[in-house]
Amino acid sequence: MAAAGMGQQWVLVEMVQAFYEAPAYHLILEGILILWIIRLLFSKTYKLQERSDLTPKEKEELIEEWQPEPLVPPVPKDHPALNYNIVSGPPTHIITVNGKECINFASFNFLGLLDNEKVKSAAQASLKKYGVGTCGPRGFYGTFDVHLELEERLAKFMRTEEAIIYSYGFATIASAIPAYSKRGDIVFVDEAACFAIQKGLQASRSNIKLFKHNDMADLERLLKEQETEDQKNPRKARVTRRFIVVEGLYMNTGDVCPLPELIKLKYKYKVRIFLEESLSFGVLGEHGRGITEHFGINIDDIDLISANMENSLASIGGFCCGRSFIIDHQRLSGQGYCFSASLPPLLAAAAIEALNIMEDNPDIFQTLRAKCERIHKALQGISGLKVVGESFSPALHLQLEESCGSREDDVKLLKRVVDYCMDSGIALTQARYLEKEEKCLPPPSIRVVITVEQTEQELDKAASLLKEAVQSVLN
Amino acid sequence: EAFEETPMLVAVLTYVGYGVLTLFGYLRDFMRQWKIEKCQNATERAEQKDFVPLYQDFENFYNRNLYTRIRDSWNRPICSVPGAKVDMMERVSHDYNWTFTYTGRVIKDIINMGSYNYLGFAQKAGTCQEAAAEVLSQYGAGVCSTRQEMGNLDKHEELEELVARFLGVESAMAYGMGFATNSMNIPALVGKGCLILSDELNHASLVLGARLSGATIRIFKHNNMQSLEKLLKDAIVHGQPRTRRPWKKILILVEGIYSMEGSIVRLPEVIALKKKYKSYLYLDEAHSIGALGPSGRGVVEYFGLSPEDVDVMMGTFTKSFGAAGGYIGGKKELIDYLRTYSHSAVYATSLSPPVVEQVITSMKCIMGEDGTTVGKARVQQLAENTRYFRRRLKEMGFIIYGNEDSPVVPLMLYMPAKIGCFSVRASFKPY
Repeated sequence: MAAAGMGQQWVLVEMVQAFYEAPAYHLILEGILILWIIRLLFSKTYKLQERSDLTPKEKEELIEEWQPEPLVPPVPKDHPALNYNIVSGPPTHIITVNGKECINFASFNFLGLLDNEKVKSAAQASLKKYGVGTCGPRGFYGTFDVHLELEERLAKFMRTEEAIIYSYGFATIASAIPAYSKRGDIVFVDEAACFAIQKGLQASRSNIKLFKHNDMADLERLLKEQETEDQKNPRKARVTRRFIVVEGLYMNTGDVCPLPELIKLKYKYKVRIFLEESLSFGVLGEHGRGITEHFGINIDDIDLISANMENSLASIGGFCCGRSFIIDHQRLSGQGYCFSASLPPLLAAAAIEALNIMEDNPDIFQTLRAKCERIHKALQGISGLKVVGESFSPALHLQLEESCGSREDDVKLLKRVVDYCMDSGIALTQARYLEKEEKCLPPPSIRVVITVEQTEQELDKAASLLKEAVQSVLN
Repeated sequence: EAFEETPMLVAVLTYVGYGVLTLFGYLRDFMRQWKIEKCQNATERAEQKDFVPLYQDFENFYNRNLYTRIRDSWNRPICSVPGAKVDMMERVSHDYNWTFTYTGRVIKDIINMGSYNYLGFAQKAGTCQEAAAEVLSQYGAGVCSTRQEMGNLDKHEELEELVARFLGVESAMAYGMGFATNSMNIPALVGKGCLILSDELNHASLVLGARLSGATIRIFKHNNMQSLEKLLKDAIVHGQPRTRRPWKKILILVEGIYSMEGSIVRLPEVIALKKKYKSYLYLDEAHSIGALGPSGRGVVEYFGLSPEDVDVMMGTFTKSFGAAGGYIGGKKELIDYLRTYSHSAVYATSLSPPVVEQVITSMKCIMGEDGTTVGKARVQQLAENTRYFRRRLKEMGFIIYGNEDSPVVPLMLYMPAKIGCFSVRASFKPY
């Protein structure tokens, strides 16, 4: 201890001696440095983000002053989409709209299965056995044997390995796309893709590349550009998945996608294809299997087919089918599948019976096609309206040949045409869109839907009534 | 409300369990890669082997090695009404849950504690079923059109008027799917330049709706009012990040009963905060409508508050009403706006008529408008059952999360191995 004390004292003496022996400039420099350090220690610290510069009183004032917008802006009373048509009774072939009986040219009941007695009695039997709701998602005792049966039947009908059902048509493709395509992946999608696809793409956070509607040259250009990008960064390219999303029969334009060329592009550029067949399922193809049957393509070449059961099958819900490798993934990753209650069994039973009818009567597809051709021809001669859609498409659009100037005026004009037709006994509707939300807004149009239940007289009547309506409104 | 702390031993064993499973997972993957063990997964087509792999190998690690071991606890198919007792289809696996086969036998009368059939309206006989059968024979099963086109039936208008009366709001609108109600209407209400304050444990549909809207999302701790208040203050005082512009509007997303924790939202405090900071409240009552409150009107009635204080009252028909679909209720301007601009009204099919009838009948029953007191009796019975069940489980020593009055009861198992074992013993061993 004494030695340590001596050691300390000795160091102190050395220090004092050094102090006396140091040159003057050295001392002055050190003195300035010490003063500088003391100043820095006592000065206010400088922070990059001036967070708490406001006093509590100022914060209170800001909170008082802030005025939010109203939760929703007011909607003008005469907004065309505000007042719905009220349908009393079932929306079948003869429909009572706003009190008037009309022939239905607006519901997507292509195969007329909405009021088919066999379908209804199958649904009744299911109602007596299971009640209405399933009270749970598929994972928690919401899986009924009817669901498993429907999935099996759909897979067998479409000749794929597996199928998965959703309880809502819109949610089908909107959940399927984000299950596979994540941030950083690339999706090439047609401009005329429907809103459900757009929402699915938005939820996936992938890079979206739009190509012009049905323009394979434009798509190939985009694919080539992507290829050159990939060569610059091969490591990233090895983990970036690529998809093409197209529809079999487009809802917005009524034409088909050129599937054989797409398949060629798929193998050339190694891109996967997701096909949305809501309108073409139960319509195209010899047995109603959709666009793959229509073009004679091997169904395994398409990675995923998604369709909703709300059109041809006259039920509710949707399904995806494909190979097990792809479909099974959705059972844990499809948001609309895992986090939502399953489809009510009576609707699944109705869909199974509708499938039975489709399988037993393959000639209804030919009948439907003939009717479509007939009305397509009959509507050609109307001056002022042009027919948009393939001749075999059961959902056509009638657009104005010349626009009035603004979209609002066009919509008003078309509404007058529709009202004229409704007053005379043909129920039509305008195609509805969310104007601000669509990526590529289609022009305003009247939607004409052809079903197998419409007779030839009714088709001719509709065509001549439309001619009359347009003439009277445009003059 | 209680979220009991995990006992130390249990926590350690759980981590050890997961660790062991992960190690074995790596071992098995290694064996599968070197072909020592047969790979049971489905694989890519031979023609597409040189495409970019669809799934990352690691993404599926959990699926292959942990989930598949106990996969038989979920997705169990049933073949009867999801009532108090349910019949399950017997399902066996000969290759450790990679594939299942159905033996064809049906295991009858298993007590059902898994379906969200709170008030027992999922029935195969009775007034609800008869009314639904009547409507089914008249209207058919589907609708084949959207609300704005030709899919708006008189039944839908009747339903919406009834829902508005049930909730005590000016107006209501019904949609075909509960999940879609959130994911398609939140983007219609808020957009870029708005702020969403969402609870930590919100449901996937609320999270998806918030993301699709394009608004800025900030998360506050579960049911923690200090966290919410701090976020509100900061948001109003500092404005939008970087530009400092004031927010256009602030929307608070909460649920009535949280389906995984069983906790009930602190509604009086949230409403006080919302009024103080001039923000809007979106309340998702998927589980609480019909299940809470002396007459089943939901969490607002449970706390004795006025429905006018909640700006957007959302709920589903799947749970207490035994049907399918969702609704939103609120002021007339709100519903008019949604009728015009909701994604679901423009692009998605409307509700199926027999389902609508089921909701109408069950709602009338709960309200007492069908002339009986059956509805009220059921609501009271549910409350009694909830309290009894929770009390007895606590007495037996289980760790239960959530509020005393919430019919959702999370019973903690912690260890992954216990999940499979408990599931099999509870469901299939006779007692």
